[in-house]
Amino acid sequence: MDIQLSEKQQSAQDEFRDFVDRKIMPFANDHDKQETMPATLIQEVADKGYLGGLVPEQYGGNGMDSVTWGLLCEEIGRGSASLMSLFTVHSMVIQAILKWGDESSRERWLPRLATGEIIGGFALTEPNVGSDATAIETNATLDEGQWCVNGQKCWISFGQVASLFLVFAQTEGKSIALLVERECDGFSSEPISGMLGFRSAMLANIKFDHCKIPESNLLGRPGFGFSHVGGTALDQGRYSIAWGCLGLAQGGLNASLAYAGKRKQFGVYLNEHQLIQALLTDMITQAQATRMLCYRAAALKEQADPSVIMETAMAKYFASQAAVKISTDAIQIHGANGCSDKYPVQRYLRDSKIMEIIEGSNQMQQIMIAKHGYQSHVMNERRQAERAKRETK
Amino acid sequence: MNFEELISKSHAFVTQYLNGADVDLDIDLFATGMVNSLFAMQLVLFVEKEFGFAVANEDLDYDNFRSINAIADFAARKLGLTVNA
Repeated sequence: MDIQLSEKQQSAQDEFRDFVDRKIMPFANDHDKQETMPATLIQEVADKGYLGGLVPEQYGGNGMDSVTWGLLCEEIGRGSASLMSLFTVHSMVIQAILKWGDESSRERWLPRLATGEIIGGFALTEPNVGSDATAIETNATLDEGQWCVNGQKCWISFGQVASLFLVFAQTEGKSIALLVERECDGFSSEPISGMLGFRSAMLANIKFDHCKIPESNLLGRPGFGFSHVGGTALDQGRYSIAWGCLGLAQGGLNASLAYAGKRKQFGVYLNEHQLIQALLTDMITQAQATRMLCYRAAALKEQADPSVIMETAMAKYFASQAAVKISTDAIQIHGANGCSDKYPVQRYLRDSKIMEIIEGSNQMQQIMIAKHGYQSHVMNERRQAERAKRETK
Repeated sequence: MNFEELISKSHAFVTQYLNGADVDLDIDLFATGMVNSLFAMQLVLFVEKEFGFAVANEDLDYDNFRSINAIADFAARKLGLTVNA
């Protein structure tokens, strides 16, 4: 596996880092405390072309390759996991339209998603439906060329400001995915505050009260909403989150290395204490292992290999746990300072915990990954048995 | 690629997902509950990569994916192959 960045990718990474260091890092703690994301910052990342990173150039986007998108998510995640969640859900909507929209849908939505004129939202979770997404209660009925949508969704990242939602509903017992505009009659949203993490992710609960949606806003076909449209979006979401967690992990590590190199206890810098070195060693190794999994997922994504779904799930699973572990250790190294909002590491820990829950909880990832492991094991045994049989002949 | 190769490759992919179980070519994978939504997406990626065409909105029909024979038939139609099996 080649993890050497091309000149263009290296240049993009330098640009992303510089942008995050200047425009996001210095303000992220304040945004977290104020539980808001300034519209000016969203506009700025849109103007840079970052929100349209995954939109092909023919639709006005940047057409980034998988590694470059990953590098962007890493840097944004290092600066602000809340802002990173915008990149996650926005790209999920883009990917769903790109894969399952017809040409007129792509032409209608993608250019505006690329420029940030439209902000995408992902509306799957409901008050009674979390991991068991097949039990969705939001209902849609088709009548005279329009879908009538009724129901509610919760914990929607950037639900306070998103203008186009990818909404999952049931129609006659079949799962569907619809693009619902905020402007439609019957749509309402209610801001959420007081969360553990993602405090500036503009979370909202949203409601649909007889919302009338054009028939052409259906993505995929009835019966394929969750499995295919949702599957495409969630795979993209897990990919972005894995890289975003790498950024969180790297942020916690960077803060710890800096702190341990300037604070003295017992007459020497913290980084000379062996127990601190032990913590730093684990953090460095965990971050590097996360990076390797992210690059592997990127390589498979570029090849459109079917195994990318499982490898991405593994990357997200490992990366979110690494981010929690690293930010926990980062707080330990910072001591009481780490618990203060004057330092970013307390935010990293709160945001990391959310990463273990979203886009398929880590328990759901465990079920998938364990099953995949068993499949691989059985097939390896079978191949070995067939080889032994051939050699015996 | 001929139809037999489409069958063989589809059979190998489905078998791998089902822990090496010997699956009849006509058995309904979805009706029997042998596969889930994760398999459905992996199947799309498999078909696209292995047979070299994009699965589009209008292809989303369980009749195209419900059995190994159905997958091969679908691929053959998309590739313009004559089915002689």
